[in-house]
Amino acid sequence: MSPDSFQIALRGIAANKLRSGLTVLGILIGVAAVIVLIAVGNGSSVAIQDRIEKLGTNTLTVFNRGRSGGGAQRTGTQSQSIQIKDADVAALNDKTQAPDIVSASPVITVANATATYSGASATVGTLDASDANYLDTTDRSVDVGRAITTDDVTNHARVIVLGRTTVSNLFAPGSNVVGETIQINGKSFQVVGVQAAKGTNGAQDLDDFGLIPYTAAQDTLTGKTQGYQQVVVQAKSSGAEDAAQAEIVTILDSRHGISADATSPFMVLNQGSLLQTSQDTSDTFTVLLGAVAAISLLVGGIGVMNIMLVTVTERTREIGIRKAIGAPKTAILAQFITEAVILTLIGGLAGIAAGFIGSQFKIVGVDPVIAGYSIPLAFGVSLAVGLFFGIYPANRAASLRPIDALRHE
Amino acid sequence: MDGDHPVIELHGVTKTYETGNLSVRALQGIDLMIERGDFVAIMGASGSGKSTLMNILGCLDVPTTGRYLLDGIDVRTLDESQIARVRNRRIGFVFQSFNLIPRTSAVANVELPLAYAGVKRRERRERANVALEMVGLSDRAEHLPTELSGGQQQRVAIARALVTSPALILADEPTGNLDSVASADIMHLLSSLNREGRTIGLITHERDVAQCAGRIVRLSDGLIVADDRLHASPPLAAPVAAS
Repeated sequence: MSPDSFQIALRGIAANKLRSGLTVLGILIGVAAVIVLIAVGNGSSVAIQDRIEKLGTNTLTVFNRGRSGGGAQRTGTQSQSIQIKDADVAALNDKTQAPDIVSASPVITVANATATYSGASATVGTLDASDANYLDTTDRSVDVGRAITTDDVTNHARVIVLGRTTVSNLFAPGSNVVGETIQINGKSFQVVGVQAAKGTNGAQDLDDFGLIPYTAAQDTLTGKTQGYQQVVVQAKSSGAEDAAQAEIVTILDSRHGISADATSPFMVLNQGSLLQTSQDTSDTFTVLLGAVAAISLLVGGIGVMNIMLVTVTERTREIGIRKAIGAPKTAILAQFITEAVILTLIGGLAGIAAGFIGSQFKIVGVDPVIAGYSIPLAFGVSLAVGLFFGIYPANRAASLRPIDALRHE
Repeated sequence: MDGDHPVIELHGVTKTYETGNLSVRALQGIDLMIERGDFVAIMGASGSGKSTLMNILGCLDVPTTGRYLLDGIDVRTLDESQIARVRNRRIGFVFQSFNLIPRTSAVANVELPLAYAGVKRRERRERANVALEMVGLSDRAEHLPTELSGGQQQRVAIARALVTSPALILADEPTGNLDSVASADIMHLLSSLNREGRTIGLITHERDVAQCAGRIVRLSDGLIVADDRLHASPPLAAPVAAS
């Protein structure tokens, strides 16, 4: 391309500032919309991932459905419900039977727990009673004081670890919490530690929380329960989750005499499979957003196409004048290609900038995360559309005989 | 330029327009020779084919049959890019409706043919300024077409036609959109250009405009019906008001 046609193109752009501005704006909006849309989709899928990871990694949760569900009819009375007992938990903690399990912690959830401290009163969103491994298994930690220990469990110690929200509900800001005694449903517990802030999993505040030894809970709050509704299990690694799940089912089913073809009364929630499910969900979500982005690209592309078509049609007479004073077809084409390239480049780059700026803001509750592929995609498509519809009609106009182009109104 | 040839030689040129199943014979066989330094006015009623003839002379359109030699070269033998070069270097076209590039300054309009000829930027600007000076518009170089009067726009168009020093200047009713004072002004300018040795072809239907030329060719129904030489050397046209 000669510097002359570049100069002629620059002059053409400068001579039609409004039209050039509209073209740039059309491309800008198309590119920015695609980048922001994909960033919103990407951001929400990242957020879902985060929340699921907050539930704990390598974690499996065993639920007791109480009895074996539908399926094969069993002879004998089925009225006697199946319970998870201490011996079952001990079996799950047996390294020879369950090599892929690091620890299994029985969990009693104390319903409707109310905490009081010197006149202040608050319900505790989740009050769990478990053992020393629970915090670690559920990816929680203590950053003030200490956690529940095995000694606490064996000694039936009335101690409690509180979440930050519960602490701020009960205590004045800045007061020393560890060592204070609070009442849970009228029973005294000594605060030994405060859980490190955990945030929300989307549905509930993970800091509105209390943890006590399950032995103490049985003594004071729930009574000696017949069995545990839940056992949380930590697998050896995230890859060992499926193996751990199989071991849990085998151990519990054989201990309770449930045949392999009967439906197990024990339901195991596998964090890994949950993550996989959410991954699939967010993949679907990304596909959906991709479709939305494709449509907005199409719409943006049509916008670019329209303005380019109108521009060139409107300039057919100008093309005629240029040909009449001796412009060869190649020079006309070079001018229009250069103009289209410059405009789409400016629009595309400005669109990327606008997309970046737009992605800094929270959009409908989602922090957008820019996906790398969206930038070349949006930029490439708008560039291609802008060029094609800038060049194709220009080529047609440049091929007209000058007299026909001149007569064009 | 080879001076032996006439600037323009037409032999049996016809032009037929096909519109649907109707064909209109705009030119029915034109033989015309224009010598170097001629100032030829082509006259005729509307529909006589004079504009068609002008477009063919200006290489904006091609004849259906017949031969057109420009500076001794048969235009039919040229390909598209060669014709573009001919339009650029050998012909300066002045239109009735001026046809300046909109939103582009006068000097940039005048420079444009030089840009297509590949002349360097500085030389281009110099030559454009010289051409603007010849038409008396040096002080309006940076003005946009919309900031100029019709007569001034036509003078810019003439400067643009001159700037490549073409062998031939073709003017298609250059005064058609101008008032009588501006018309006289433009004709004065064309006459003086002719005096400097430029060959000029002019289309008009106004008798006094045609009087400025040294030779009047009359067209009727696509044929030349008269070809009169008024005087060997046309006088400098006096600025007379058209009736």
